[in-house]
Amino acid sequence: MSSTLFTILLSFFSVGALLSLFWSQKKTISNLCSNLFAIAGSLTGIILGAFILVTQEVTSLIFVTGLPLFSLSLRFDMLAGYFMLIIGLIGLASSLFGMGYMRQYFKLYNIGLFGFFYNLFLLSLFLVVTASNGLYFLFVWEIMSLTSFFLVIFEHKHHDTIKAGILYFIMTHVGTMFLLAALLLLYGATHTFDFWQIRVLAGTIPDWLKDTVFVFALLGFGTKAGIIPLHIWLPKAHSAAPSHVSALMSGVMIKMGIFMLFRLFLDIFPNIPLWWGIVVLIIGACSSLLGVLYALAEHDLKRLLAYHSIENIGIILLGLGSSMIFFSLQQPVLAALAALAGLFHTLNHAVFKSLLFLGAGSVISQTGTRNLEKYGGLIKVMPYTALFFLVGAVAISGLPPLNGFASEWLTFQSLFAGVQDPRIGLRSLFLFAGGALALTGGLAAACFVKAFGITFLARPRSTESKEAKESSWMLVVPMGFLAVLCVAIGFGAGNVVAILEQVVAQFTLFRPSEIVAHEGSTVVIQNGFASMNMPILILTLIAVTSLVFLLTRWVSRKQKVVRDVTWDGGYTGLLPFMEITATAFSRSLVLIFKGLFQPTQQKKLEYIDANIRYFTKTHEINFATKNVFEVYLYQPLLAVSIMLTKKVKQIQGGNLNAYILYIFLTLIGLFFWARYF
Amino acid sequence: MLLIILKLILLPLLAPLGVGIIRKVKAMMQSRPGASIIQPYFDLWKLFHKNETISRDASWIFLVTPYILFAISCIVLIAVPVFGKAEIHVPFGDFLTVIFLLATGTFFLALAGIDVGSPFGGFGSSREMTLAALAEAILIFTLLPVAFLTDTTNIAMMAVLATNLSMISYFALLFAFLGYLIALFVETGRIPFDNAATHLELTMIHEAMILEYSGKRLALIEWANANKLFFFALLGANIFFPSGLTMYSDTMSLLLALVMSLFKVGVLLVVVALIESVIAKYRFFRLPDILLTGFVFGIIAIIATNAL
Repeated sequence: MSSTLFTILLSFFSVGALLSLFWSQKKTISNLCSNLFAIAGSLTGIILGAFILVTQEVTSLIFVTGLPLFSLSLRFDMLAGYFMLIIGLIGLASSLFGMGYMRQYFKLYNIGLFGFFYNLFLLSLFLVVTASNGLYFLFVWEIMSLTSFFLVIFEHKHHDTIKAGILYFIMTHVGTMFLLAALLLLYGATHTFDFWQIRVLAGTIPDWLKDTVFVFALLGFGTKAGIIPLHIWLPKAHSAAPSHVSALMSGVMIKMGIFMLFRLFLDIFPNIPLWWGIVVLIIGACSSLLGVLYALAEHDLKRLLAYHSIENIGIILLGLGSSMIFFSLQQPVLAALAALAGLFHTLNHAVFKSLLFLGAGSVISQTGTRNLEKYGGLIKVMPYTALFFLVGAVAISGLPPLNGFASEWLTFQSLFAGVQDPRIGLRSLFLFAGGALALTGGLAAACFVKAFGITFLARPRSTESKEAKESSWMLVVPMGFLAVLCVAIGFGAGNVVAILEQVVAQFTLFRPSEIVAHEGSTVVIQNGFASMNMPILILTLIAVTSLVFLLTRWVSRKQKVVRDVTWDGGYTGLLPFMEITATAFSRSLVLIFKGLFQPTQQKKLEYIDANIRYFTKTHEINFATKNVFEVYLYQPLLAVSIMLTKKVKQIQGGNLNAYILYIFLTLIGLFFWARYF
Repeated sequence: MLLIILKLILLPLLAPLGVGIIRKVKAMMQSRPGASIIQPYFDLWKLFHKNETISRDASWIFLVTPYILFAISCIVLIAVPVFGKAEIHVPFGDFLTVIFLLATGTFFLALAGIDVGSPFGGFGSSREMTLAALAEAILIFTLLPVAFLTDTTNIAMMAVLATNLSMISYFALLFAFLGYLIALFVETGRIPFDNAATHLELTMIHEAMILEYSGKRLALIEWANANKLFFFALLGANIFFPSGLTMYSDTMSLLLALVMSLFKVGVLLVVVALIESVIAKYRFFRLPDILLTGFVFGIIAIIATNAL
């Protein structure tokens, strides 16, 4: 059954890719083909994922190829099924959105080529989660990287897009290099590329080698996931790509790194040392806190969302890291709880982040700018986009009663369990992580008040925003679908936890009987240390709010409501530029954390009379923050590598005689090597 | 269930009294007679019966926020301990849930502040979210030590079990209480963080956000604020000074527990008013220092709790 469904999925995407390329000249047909087949493929993916989760059936398929060591090994298990469900859901929404969104590019770019890469990209995501042979995995991982690279540089007529694409290309291949090294090291120790044979033989791998593999895998998959400080490609690439591609990249592709980290450290390697978990936890805490702080300073809508992806990857890693720590401390129940929290947040982040990116896309397609300062008042002209964006904003801020709250709650609880550890070192570590998460939650709420408020509320600050219209139904429906999903997952948090218990139970590390985290719709953990019931909370909220509304209406039934202008302090009317801007909104937080942001402020003053410096004619303030990682980490790295290449260049003088000398010396060296070693 | 409905009606009705008490004490400290302590009820009555003016720029966010805010402030009052053991079965009594519910209210209020497009509202929202972002962490970290000592995160249960704690654990809780007090001051907008009595554009935070509200919606917001103050006072009084909570559920004990709770809340509110009277408002950029102090208090309390 699984294999049949997977074959159908495979053919849908392949046919979609080829047909869209075939119809390149007829843009409308090409666009329709690529997205319809992508929708069909994603639907198949949802069915396949749900099928695996329901039947809990593990299927392995191996097609032996003529090539040595390279076999097409697929494995469908619960974890893969869960991620397939995520890919399918987001793929479905993005493809429907793409059908309408791509129209704006018809005159400018090659739609057929885009459809080709888009379908291949979606397909590669499904292939990555099912791959179980190291070499084959690298192959599909590379397809994923390359197709996404081509999607990022789609708007190639903008210079910035190409720059962002090249940075992404370099970063992702540096990551792949580490992955290749890690897999080769594993092959050296176990003489197999098959993940499940590696798992069997994992006990025989020497410790130093396992540690090296851990570091390499963390660097490799961490680059894809966008952990700090390997995140620099993420905000640039996500903002350059078309919005529904950003939704897929941010919602799903960076999760592939997370998927493999879960796979490797909780499934494949038994007996992980304590420090692995500690490293992951620290990275998680730093990524979540720094991610949200950088998001605050941003006033490009899509870059802001991209920084929030870094934050949420951090939150997921907090779950994974604590799970690894608990596992090495032989506390499987807590380990399962933390892993469950991480996986739950993976789903939630995929849903609300794609929703937000689609919302951003809808706004950008109407206003033609990503600059928050140019928006304003869009809630009146784009009511549906605004409503759905608000749902996403509440969900990502971790506020009840939506889905983000449920998974952040679980993450908090697993960190609290760690704070109760008797060892002072670990306790402080968990305290640090808990503090980071608490601060992250509050700052994320502040950031989304800014993102939503500046974009959709008050009065329009540009003519484009004033003349914007609601996007077509093809853009609105997928957002609505994801928004409903946010509410539904929040409402059914208990059920999702029940499914995740089964997913986590399939990790070899845990025994299924030990995981109990729900009783009906109530999520209960640590034998009643904490519990939460989302349906009752949501229903109470609705009931009390309606009651308050009706009572108030009855009490003030005789009073009138007058609409008038906002109070302008007796002035001659408020102009749009008098509203608060995105930069102004986050300025106090930027100044509070000024050690991190290193804000620079340049003032240009022009006085009416230079001798009497009281009355200014013009007053210009340039408020900017410094990108600390680029300035202090990547630029020195770049400088060193340029210096080294220049040194190497000296032996390439262009003198033929010198080159012959090099050949001669190498030859002699080789003779000696062959003779004596 | 009956007790929940009783709390849902009774506590919001009592809440404006808390504001009255604070205003009275502050007036007495300033050698003024001050208004009667039931003045807030008259204010609300009057506001509910006034016509309402709403900005033309306001969207539905501005219109629904007061209802959401008021509903949330009532719901969190259900979760707070007043009587004792009889009320521990609240399905959303978990302290994280309660804190995040309050944050949801703040989130919508900040949006409403931006919504009307007045420069005051926007800056109020910016300041409020800056402080709220930092205060949320303090609140979590000061309630956490109590949760560890009592091995539950249900706040009603925390208060009930805290009655049996040894003297030595109170040493840890002292720090937690100091941190909690700071969180109380910032969350309810009191001096040194904010001053509800002024409308000076350089300093106002909460008042700036609600500047455009009038009539019934302003009444709801004022009332929600009173509820919030009452919530923080009740929570502080009953979690850190739990004696008086009853283990029984007969009418007489419940009544006695209620009177005891109200008495403790009264004392705490007087203390808050006295503190407010003797300190000045701080400059905005010095506020993070106080907040950091509160955070450190929480960490000390947690470490001390675990060391016990």
